[in-house]
Amino acid sequence: MLHSYPKRVTFIMLALTAIVATFPLWGASVFGSQSDFILEKLTLMLILALFAMSLDLLVGIVGLVSLGHALFFGLGAYTLALASPDFSPASLWWMLPLVAAVAAVAALVVGVLVIRTKGIFFIMTTLAFGQMLFYLISTSSFTGSTDGIFIMFRPSLTVGETALLNLDDPRTFFYFCLGMLVAGYLFLRWLTRSYFGQVLDGIHDNEHRMQALGYATGSYKLIAFVIAGIMAGIAGMLAAMQYGFANPAQLGWHTSGEVLIMLILGGMGTIFGPILGAFAYEILLFVFEHLTTHWPILMGLTIIVAVLVLPRGIAGLITAPPGKAELLKASLLRRLAKGGRKPRTDAHPHQAVMPKGRAES
Amino acid sequence: MDLAFFGVQLLNGLQYGLLLFLIASGLTLIFGIMGIINLAHGAMYMIGAYLVYDLTMRLGNFWLAIVIAIPIAIVLGLIIERLFLDTLYKRDHLYQVLLTFGLILVLNEAQRIIWGGDVHSVPVPAPFDASLQLTDNLQYSVYRLFVMGVCLALAGAIYWVIRHTRLGIIIRAGAVNRDMVEGLGINVRTLFTLIFSVGVALTAFAGMIAAPLTSIAPGMGDSILITCFVVVVIGGIGSIKGAFWGAILIGMAETFGSVLIPSLASMVIYLIMAAVLLVKPRGLFA
Amino acid sequence: MSQAPTLSTHGLTRRFGGLVAVNEVDFDVEPNEIHAILGPNGAGKSTLINLLSGEIPPSAGEVRYRGKPIQGKSVRQIAHMGIGRSHQKTNIFPRLNCLQNCQLAARIHMGGVFASWRSRQRARQVNERALEVLETCQLVHRAYTPAADMSYGEQRQLQIAMVLATAPSLMLLDEPMAGMGREETAQVTELLASLSDRYTLVLIEHDMDSVFRLADRITVMVDGCVLESGPTDQIRCSEKVRDVYLGRHHEEVMA
Repeated sequence: MLHSYPKRVTFIMLALTAIVATFPLWGASVFGSQSDFILEKLTLMLILALFAMSLDLLVGIVGLVSLGHALFFGLGAYTLALASPDFSPASLWWMLPLVAAVAAVAALVVGVLVIRTKGIFFIMTTLAFGQMLFYLISTSSFTGSTDGIFIMFRPSLTVGETALLNLDDPRTFFYFCLGMLVAGYLFLRWLTRSYFGQVLDGIHDNEHRMQALGYATGSYKLIAFVIAGIMAGIAGMLAAMQYGFANPAQLGWHTSGEVLIMLILGGMGTIFGPILGAFAYEILLFVFEHLTTHWPILMGLTIIVAVLVLPRGIAGLITAPPGKAELLKASLLRRLAKGGRKPRTDAHPHQAVMPKGRAES
Repeated sequence: MDLAFFGVQLLNGLQYGLLLFLIASGLTLIFGIMGIINLAHGAMYMIGAYLVYDLTMRLGNFWLAIVIAIPIAIVLGLIIERLFLDTLYKRDHLYQVLLTFGLILVLNEAQRIIWGGDVHSVPVPAPFDASLQLTDNLQYSVYRLFVMGVCLALAGAIYWVIRHTRLGIIIRAGAVNRDMVEGLGINVRTLFTLIFSVGVALTAFAGMIAAPLTSIAPGMGDSILITCFVVVVIGGIGSIKGAFWGAILIGMAETFGSVLIPSLASMVIYLIMAAVLLVKPRGLFA
Repeated sequence: MSQAPTLSTHGLTRRFGGLVAVNEVDFDVEPNEIHAILGPNGAGKSTLINLLSGEIPPSAGEVRYRGKPIQGKSVRQIAHMGIGRSHQKTNIFPRLNCLQNCQLAARIHMGGVFASWRSRQRARQVNERALEVLETCQLVHRAYTPAADMSYGEQRQLQIAMVLATAPSLMLLDEPMAGMGREETAQVTELLASLSDRYTLVLIEHDMDSVFRLADRITVMVDGCVLESGPTDQIRCSEKVRDVYLGRHHEEVMA
């Protein structure tokens, strides 16, 4: 079955979720005064996981490599910043739909233009459109130019006069983000296993064949693009709530690159992989930043190594059947011995999962 | 805007466009022939500029610095191609994007380690450190004219190689159908190494001759990379002719955009790209 | 012959640079016939079938399907008009199982994905249609096997099943028996024969036994041109065809 994984994957993911979810309970006793800081980092990881997961729908499921996904992330952040009243908190009841609507419209406009392109062209055009918004926002005065905008009040979630959730409380916000991530995960899991998901898989495998069957593949890709955009927009809004500001860097192409790295680190096309990837990336970043001020060089080398020896990411390690794990290790060692030379059979992440290669398109 | 001022902007736009062409031609060749998307292309532009800055400071001679810097850039290209890209030809573009993104981080940080985070400049070298008097209060740098001449000469040379040599036939065939090149009994490995080194050398050289005209700063490669992507998208991937006209168009658009509509200047090139994509999704010359 | 032809071409020509792959080809396909296209390698058969399915535009001439020109229509629109095709390369979705492959094909002709989301009944119809074609192609026992795990011959059969699932009235089959063993070839031949009363088939095939067994009419191509077109018996006896083409396969025909 497609998009189903060994039982231990569910087990590992549930265990990790339990560890993260209970952090507010045990964090203080283990990490002491550091636990507030760690809780903040964990919240950020949850948000980035949602962001990376939304990109997986495009890259891993449909096979569209977007290098401009930060556009929607940043747009979510700026929508919150610009639509928030100056002296009182906005209501999340209308902020969330607003962010989703803005991201959807943007994704529709950009999508109509970029969906017509393929391969390298798609990568470059998504990158260019991302940069277009980046320059627009970082040079306009109403968006605070390069300084960005501070958000004085976190949106509130109230019913009548009483607060449903006090999002200003770091723990509550942490659980709110965890809830959003779980909801996003369940939604994407349902989507990829639906008929719609089957069509997306078909397009990934062989778009031409889908057209010959009579599918308007462009429309399906556009819908996926819009869904991914909305999810990224919501993640961006959460990030702005967490940081308390919207900044042009949130929609620059380095952010788009970083989220792609989370995808590859975690394992794409799996939906749960990007969650692992977001956590792994942030932990690596944290460690490298503490080791040296020249941390980008370490990060760069890590990315290069990950691309060369671990194309299916962490998810690839835990989904491979036991027998294959040994094979993987052996081929890894062989590859290292050969100086990083890579056999052609790993041309695609899915290919290694399946006993036989995909049809050529 | 009077005529002389307009003329100066026209020359500036042309000069900038020609410089963009040098970078974009390397990018489009590497896309077209090798099927590789090289994000580190901009970083090589930066390295070119810093190499010339460093060598000029040491040797006191800009021209000598260029002569020494070119082989260094070529060797760097060779190393990158053999060490990293070699493994990526058969793999999805995604991996090329990520690996070259990793290279950007490494190269940008290496630049910071070697040359620091300061902004530098290189004096305009003799004998071109003069200005032409256009009108009473307008003058134009002779060095800019020289740069234009060099770029045009290189563009001509590239055109000649592609039109009139065996290598050119292979390149043209490869841009249309890469498998065909392999079928022609050509040593693809050697061809790829050659193309990549030439592409990298072109962009590094662009950084070198641009050094006296721009401020040499960390991250200078990133913004020029995106601009060159736009050039290549407009011109059509793999098309040298497309890269040329795309570069001129973007050079002019950015130059005149920043003079006429400063508030939208950074957007102009993307609007042009969007318009081109609407009409011709594969670029003007594909 | 009173009925209008299902498919007809007039002066159909396709050039690739200086090479003329298909040159001034005229032929008709009558309703419910099996029409085979024969010819040596490089005769332009595959180009012809790509022209018929609208995957490449002609340089000159036209293709009419039920009297209407297909020019300017997208591959998708042509598929919706009722022309289904299979490709020479095995062209299935390896990650989906056999049934899902057929469902994917059937669904689009029953209102697409969004229609079946709305209606359970539609989903049932899609399922029935998919099972029906699997039964026709004798693949029911493989319904839940991932396509990638099936034998090559079964994958080719699945490909035919998928074309059937789109409920076409005209099927274009590009070497359906290519690379198959003797037994599998016989099986697919029987399958195609059983389809002939309900569908119109255009078939490119190298296996002469199958062609002569199946085809009602045959068009022989050489160097992009039609050498001869006519009923199977006429082609079998034709001196011209024998000289140019069959001569090389003489042993095979006799065998």
